[in-house]
Amino acid sequence: MLLHELAHARAGDKGDTADITVIAHRPEDYEHLRAHVTGERVREHFAGTVRGAVERHEVPQLRALKFVLHEALDGGVTRSPRLDPHGKSLSSRLLALEVPAPAERSTRSGHRSGERSDAAAGEPPRPARHE
Amino acid sequence: MRTLRIGSGAGFADDRVDPAVELAEHGRLDHLVFECLAERTIALAQRRRRHDPAAGHDEWLAERMEAVLEPCARRGIRVLTNMGAANPVAAAETTAEVARRLGLTGLRIAAVTGDDVLDLVHRLDPGLLDRAGTASSLDGVLSANAYLGCEPVVRALAAGADVVITGRIADPALYLAPLVHEFGWPLDDWQRLGAGLGVGHLLECAGQLTGGYFADPGVHDVPGLARLGFPLAEVAEDGTAAVTKVAGTGGQVTVATCTEQLLYEVHDPAAYVCPDAVVDFSGAELRQVDEDVVAVSGITGRPRPDRLKVSIGHLDGWSGHGEISYAGPNALARGQLARDVVRERLQRAGVDTARARFDLVGVDAVAGAAPPGAEPPEVRLRVAARTGDHDAARRVGREVTALWLNGPAGGAGATRGEREIVAVASALVPRELVTTGVEVREV
Repeated sequence: MLLHELAHARAGDKGDTADITVIAHRPEDYEHLRAHVTGERVREHFAGTVRGAVERHEVPQLRALKFVLHEALDGGVTRSPRLDPHGKSLSSRLLALEVPAPAERSTRSGHRSGERSDAAAGEPPRPARHE
Repeated sequence: MRTLRIGSGAGFADDRVDPAVELAEHGRLDHLVFECLAERTIALAQRRRRHDPAAGHDEWLAERMEAVLEPCARRGIRVLTNMGAANPVAAAETTAEVARRLGLTGLRIAAVTGDDVLDLVHRLDPGLLDRAGTASSLDGVLSANAYLGCEPVVRALAAGADVVITGRIADPALYLAPLVHEFGWPLDDWQRLGAGLGVGHLLECAGQLTGGYFADPGVHDVPGLARLGFPLAEVAEDGTAAVTKVAGTGGQVTVATCTEQLLYEVHDPAAYVCPDAVVDFSGAELRQVDEDVVAVSGITGRPRPDRLKVSIGHLDGWSGHGEISYAGPNALARGQLARDVVRERLQRAGVDTARARFDLVGVDAVAGAAPPGAEPPEVRLRVAARTGDHDAARRVGREVTALWLNGPAGGAGATRGEREIVAVASALVPRELVTTGVEVREV
């Protein structure tokens, strides 16, 4: 499934360094994200865009992972000729990462459309709306 | 426990004004903060000031003050802002004029000076943080401004200022200052300074805390986004806080919106360096205590750094760009042909295209490589390049508009432009060499 189904994300920039926070919609998916959304996978995902190293920090009680992407912005917002010199779209692009479905989810429909019909059938609302 | 209510009236220079008025009228605030300075803004403002000594402050200053000064004066809300940009003293004068026009009297308006450290940077010639070399290796230096801490703003508040206007200051320090002033927090109480800066960091981007930059239809729906309200925090003397917004405004304050903002542009969550303290978010706790109310605790701090960060604005060549659209059957192939043609013409003209962008907007401009086989209904070629001089920058755009008569079929909506690049480099200077001042005027 796409990371988009399990998490939301926000990107920021400082100079030539981009950062992306990935936050699990549901607390119980945090460990799954920690196992599968590694710095190495993020670096591969952005091959061609990010030239430098990728660091990862973990903030478990906020169910958040922080990725710091070095040499990611072609010189940074003031100098880059990119259409998105801030790298703001990196957050949404990261949500296109393919990750395995969490164990208890793989028995359910992993797709949003399926979850929508679950909700329509009177099951609890989707996790993203719980908070 | 005593609490203070601090509102966030703006998160960037072009931010909306109405939510600040809502906060002033209905937020039961003690302080209202407007954070309006991006990294490069001061360098651009410094250029304007060179042409006109009364210029160089935020371009929306008068409009914002006209909207909020009267309700803030009526309710005893103190206003803090970095809209002074490159000229806080002129900004204070402009604000005083607005106050006089509105018929307000007895208002004290303070300007904080001292962030302009251009002379100091020339003298010390510090090493650059983000690239090789020292400050003197940069051509065309326009400005150098230190990120100040809360201390001069606290002095201005102690002098009875109703409005405090700064230039460059660490964004969360604008929010920390009223907490230090009102609660009497010592400037080496790292735990509470860290907590206060953490709350400031949550508030400093305004609508980004209340559901702005968050909506993803069907996944995260944000109610009333068009009427998005801005946040406020009720901060307790121990540094814990509850963040919320004015009832009836659009948006939402949830653990999810707060988590995104709490870690926004923070690299190491345990070490977010500010002039007043190093903030540690690693133990932060966010708890939904009511609809649109999130309790914030567990943020702490460690001793402040010995040196202050300085942003050095400098000229860095030119940028030229041009765009043109193609639609209908085979649009992608025509866009790709246009791209190849412009690249070849620029190379023949001697323009360095190695790091230029040849994007097809809608295909690969911000999304990285496009999946093969996609046939979009339209594409827009965008060519952009950094160049050494103005002529080469003009050439980039002209080769795109030349596609009108010299490119593939159906080119549409061609535009071009060029600009001189004002870039920013960073350095550190010893904090004791940065001297701040406060000038107060009364209307």
